[in-house]
Amino acid sequence: MTTETAGPFEASERGPTSTGSRTTMILGIVTLLALGVLVLFGLILSPADENQGDAVRIMYVHVPSATLSYVGCFMTAIGSAVYLWRKSQWWDLVAYASAEVAALFTAFTLVTGMLWGRPTWGVFWVWDARLTSEAMLMLLLLGYLAVRGLAADYQVRAKRAAIVGLLLVPNVFIVRQSVQWWRTLHQKPTLTLAGAHIQGLMLFSLFTGFVAITLAFVWMVIHRFRVAWLEEQVDAEGLDVAIAERRAEGVAS
Amino acid sequence: MAMLHDAWLIARKDLKLEIRSRVALNQVVPFALLVLVLFAFALDPDRGLLEKATPGLYWIAVLFSGLLAMQRSFAVEAADGVTDALRLSGLAPAGIYLGKTLSVAVQLLVLEVLLGVGVAVLYGTSITGWLLLLATIVVATAAISTAGTLFGVVAAGLRVRETLLPLLLLPVLAPVLIGSTRAFEAALSGTPSEGWPWVGLMSVFAAVYVVAGIFGFGPLMEES
Repeated sequence: MTTETAGPFEASERGPTSTGSRTTMILGIVTLLALGVLVLFGLILSPADENQGDAVRIMYVHVPSATLSYVGCFMTAIGSAVYLWRKSQWWDLVAYASAEVAALFTAFTLVTGMLWGRPTWGVFWVWDARLTSEAMLMLLLLGYLAVRGLAADYQVRAKRAAIVGLLLVPNVFIVRQSVQWWRTLHQKPTLTLAGAHIQGLMLFSLFTGFVAITLAFVWMVIHRFRVAWLEEQVDAEGLDVAIAERRAEGVAS
Repeated sequence: MAMLHDAWLIARKDLKLEIRSRVALNQVVPFALLVLVLFAFALDPDRGLLEKATPGLYWIAVLFSGLLAMQRSFAVEAADGVTDALRLSGLAPAGIYLGKTLSVAVQLLVLEVLLGVGVAVLYGTSITGWLLLLATIVVATAAISTAGTLFGVVAAGLRVRETLLPLLLLPVLAPVLIGSTRAFEAALSGTPSEGWPWVGLMSVFAAVYVVAGIFGFGPLMEES
């Protein structure tokens, strides 16, 4: 389906020419089916929790999306590292796409976490280590995306974003460590998530959640990447057209 | 060795600039003291909150006024094509990074001493645990200036630099704020053993950023 074109400044790089292909379409359909199975198991077939009641069902989307927010962060760091090493636009845009989807998943994790917190703890927010570090991850990703949104030359922006992206992983580690100490030195952990003792259908529903949410994550990253790639192509092409027009003017006069 | 020599040259240049222009002295220091007074307005001095919250308020004041010093560290390079001149000077980029870090660190140390006197006088905080306090100040200053200089150059030369730098830097410095505040609390409450792990964490942070700065500054300088 995809006919390949050269990248704007590195002739060897090739990328997509449309936002989707047959493979991504199949992936999308599989994702939708998986989400359907998740709804079936998460909302209907799995039992309510003894203590938490129906609120426990939020876990099936909350825990996978929290995990994937960190995966996206790692992918951004890897993409940034390869960009700095090889100057590959492909990898730069992988970093960009993963960061944007990771930010979305982080926001989703925070929102579902708060919705889960209200019925179980009685409040939307507690200064728990996990919540706080997820919120800090969101802010770090927003900083990275702010650099991506700069109105500057492609190379300038990509290089600066790559340095910030590469530092995401050490930052996330140090933030997590400090927040954990911060909470445990001063008070006992206020809560333990339901993860410790689940079994049977609940465990299977959580597994379904992981599969479905991971598929959705992959689908979104691929499409975000393809759109970003095409955007860069249009920009580069627009410049080529403008240069050609100027040249034509010169010949005509 | 050339790197350290270049670092010394850059640090001396920046500090000489600060001594002669007196911007840090006439604007950043008053701003830092102003923050201390504003905290007193926000948290009624009669309720004893100020003394209890001294470590946190102190480090917030350091971060906010330090941001101004870091902005300036790159603003002075923006005029008259100084950035190009620096690039043409043949100084090692890692040396430029270390030099700028050193000059920011010296300015932060001056600010921290003044703010320390400020909280002791204005908030009536009695100061104990000197060894831990000094160690915290040294490693926290190293952590703030190494990260601040690296993100300073990421934001340098852009139209949005004044707004971008705080957004990038403050979340990154959150562990340093937590660590320095907890270490100060431990020192002031007479339980210094609780504070030392934080000093260790901040040292790791500073080490990560020194390495990142030494390797990342060169590529960033080329494009800015």
